[in-house]
Amino acid sequence: MIGAFTITSSYYLVLAAALFGIGAVGLLVRRNVLVMFMCVELMLNAVNLTFVAFAKALNDAAGQVLVFFTLVVAAAEVAVGLAIIVAIFRRRRAATADDLRSLEG
Amino acid sequence: MNARDVLGLVGIVALLPLIGAAFLMAFGRRLGSPRAGWVATGLMALAFAWSVVQLAALLSLPPDARSHVSIIFTWLPADQLHVNIGFLADPLSITWCLLVTGVGTLIHLYAIGYMRDDPNTGRFFAYFNLFAASMLILVLASSYLLTFLGWEGVGLCSYLLIAFWYERSTAALGGKKAFIYNRVGDIGFLIAMFLLIAQFGTLDYGATGHAALHASGGITTAIALLLFLGCTGKSAQIPLFPWLPDAMEGPTPVSALIHAATMVTAGVFLICRAHPFFDASHSAMTVVAWIGAITALVAGTMAVLQPDIKRVLAYSTISQLGYMFLALGTGAYAAAVFFVLMHAFYKACLFLGAGSVIHGNGENQDMRVMGALRRFMPYTAGAMVVAWLAIAGAPPFDGFWAKDGVLEAAYVRHDFGIWAVGIVAAVMTALYMTRLILLTFFGNARWGTSDAPAVAAVSGGSDDDDVVASEDVEAELGYEPDYLPTVVYGEPPRTPRLHGHEPHESPMLMVLPIVTLAVLSIVGGIIDIPLRGGTHLDAWLEPVFRGAPITESFAGAAALSATALAFGAVGILVAFLFYRRGLPSPADDPLQERLGVVGDVIGHGYYYDEAISKAVDGPVRGFATFLDRDVDQRVIDGAVNGTGHLVRRAAEGLRHAQDGLVRRYAIGIALGAAALLLFFLAYAGR
Repeated sequence: MIGAFTITSSYYLVLAAALFGIGAVGLLVRRNVLVMFMCVELMLNAVNLTFVAFAKALNDAAGQVLVFFTLVVAAAEVAVGLAIIVAIFRRRRAATADDLRSLEG
Repeated sequence: MNARDVLGLVGIVALLPLIGAAFLMAFGRRLGSPRAGWVATGLMALAFAWSVVQLAALLSLPPDARSHVSIIFTWLPADQLHVNIGFLADPLSITWCLLVTGVGTLIHLYAIGYMRDDPNTGRFFAYFNLFAASMLILVLASSYLLTFLGWEGVGLCSYLLIAFWYERSTAALGGKKAFIYNRVGDIGFLIAMFLLIAQFGTLDYGATGHAALHASGGITTAIALLLFLGCTGKSAQIPLFPWLPDAMEGPTPVSALIHAATMVTAGVFLICRAHPFFDASHSAMTVVAWIGAITALVAGTMAVLQPDIKRVLAYSTISQLGYMFLALGTGAYAAAVFFVLMHAFYKACLFLGAGSVIHGNGENQDMRVMGALRRFMPYTAGAMVVAWLAIAGAPPFDGFWAKDGVLEAAYVRHDFGIWAVGIVAAVMTALYMTRLILLTFFGNARWGTSDAPAVAAVSGGSDDDDVVASEDVEAELGYEPDYLPTVVYGEPPRTPRLHGHEPHESPMLMVLPIVTLAVLSIVGGIIDIPLRGGTHLDAWLEPVFRGAPITESFAGAAALSATALAFGAVGILVAFLFYRRGLPSPADDPLQERLGVVGDVIGHGYYYDEAISKAVDGPVRGFATFLDRDVDQRVIDGAVNGTGHLVRRAAEGLRHAQDGLVRRYAIGIALGAAALLLFFLAYAGR
């Protein structure tokens, strides 16, 4: 043991915030649809991490239960999202998110 | 069955012709010419019989109990307002029932003969029965709204019947004119009902009658005048009278039904029913009396030079209705009802007689080419002479008693101006009626003058095929669509249409009702002779008009009668002076020449129609165009279109925000989330 170094819930929360920030910035700065999608996943999981951290800190299982829901929904979202991305790549090679604006006002 | 049970079934009077109308609309065509008429006439006769039963039932009750309301069901249950379908049997309604069904039956009987050759007899009698049914609903109703239903039904039927020969443009126009003029009046009736609902919360005659006694003067005057506006439309008073002369475009039995038994007396009836409101408002009464008096005089002068036998009678009806309103306006309700009844007898007789003359004279209505017809149609001539003496006010015919009662009432109430106008109008009545009788039945025969068949053949020699074709059309329609029977003032005399034949008397079926009505015109006055114990009608109607001021009989009555008689005699003498030998030739009318410009003015009905046309076509159309072009298209449409335009322009601007760049949306979401976060940090923590 290295002294009185204990890992409190704030470590998790900082990590989650960092992951969320990376995801958010990645979503904003990258143009590749696939990478943007991965950033969204990163943000989702950052949120999951905060849920688990709070569940442990407050000794309440509801947070963990909610994570399961998030995972299920995220799985469905991945399936749909990837299908859309595949369809986009079939229609047009190397499309970036900025090119997908044919429905602009 | 006691009397009240019988009175509870008073609705059957109206139901019988209603059934006839429904039956004839469904099967009239299949029944064909005489049978449809017999069905209609039979039902009317039954309705008359049932009315007599009702009369007997009422008479068996003591006078004060002679009123029975039978509610059939609740028509409009609307919050506080309950309007029932209910019938009111009292002396007033039963009097009118007897009139409508009695005179109506005779006119129906006559119409069987008159419409024998018309291919649409089924339709005609369906409308005829519906007309009578509407009028009976009108008089039997126990509330203003049900009366209004009958009121509108009468208006509808007048439209349908005046425009019965709708292939003729003038007939179609006449029907429309009647309907539109009536609609103008109906607005008054409607607003009066709205006022009644707003003020008293009921439309029942009984309840409103009691409420009128305690209502404020302004309200009663407003209601009375608005109801009277409705009456001027239905009863053809100034200013809404011009539809009545044009109603002559209908078949003659229709004219008789409108003028004698139904429709035009509805206005008189309504004022009698609503008399508490008129009693309570002296100013409304004054308006009614003066409108009546002026109408009586003005319409009387309009009739003087008309060449068309039916149009003379039409103006005459307007004038006579003026007398009735004159009586109502002086509070002499019973005298007005008496006048309605007596007028129904002689006016129906005159109209049916005129129809007989037209029928036997090749469908010619132009009196300038008649004359000396008494030798060919003795029954018609005899009956019409009786009716003429009646309308001119000669004793002992019924018109004398009726007119005497009206004028005496005006005199006793010290309305000397009204009395004087009435007396002068009596001169006009005598003048135009004597002229009608002399031109039609006496003097020289002018129907054979220019009418040798050979001449007609020469003049139309090259059109033989056309003649045959038009005769085929005529046989199919039962009348000539191109022939416009109505003759208006200023037209050259019509070519006689007898084609060498002689005029002939109508069949017995038509003569019988005419003669019956003539007999009634002689003896009818017996129901209300102003002698001790002779005023049966006054006594009979007294419970209805209780509370109305009573006109005292007075000693100078005989002198008044003599004055009226003298004035009537002047009219007859003037007519004899000018027309005792007929006309020198169809084209020149001695009285018209003597009157000159005045003759033109009264012949054209004071150019009232022309003035209305000018006003409607000029300022009214201009105002309507202004409302259409400027108010509607610019202001109202402009507001609507402007709203749409504004939304569209805003959308045009805003849609650029939706630029399709996903990352920009993401920034929006991120900034939004950050803003929310800041908000919660700043405020929610407190």
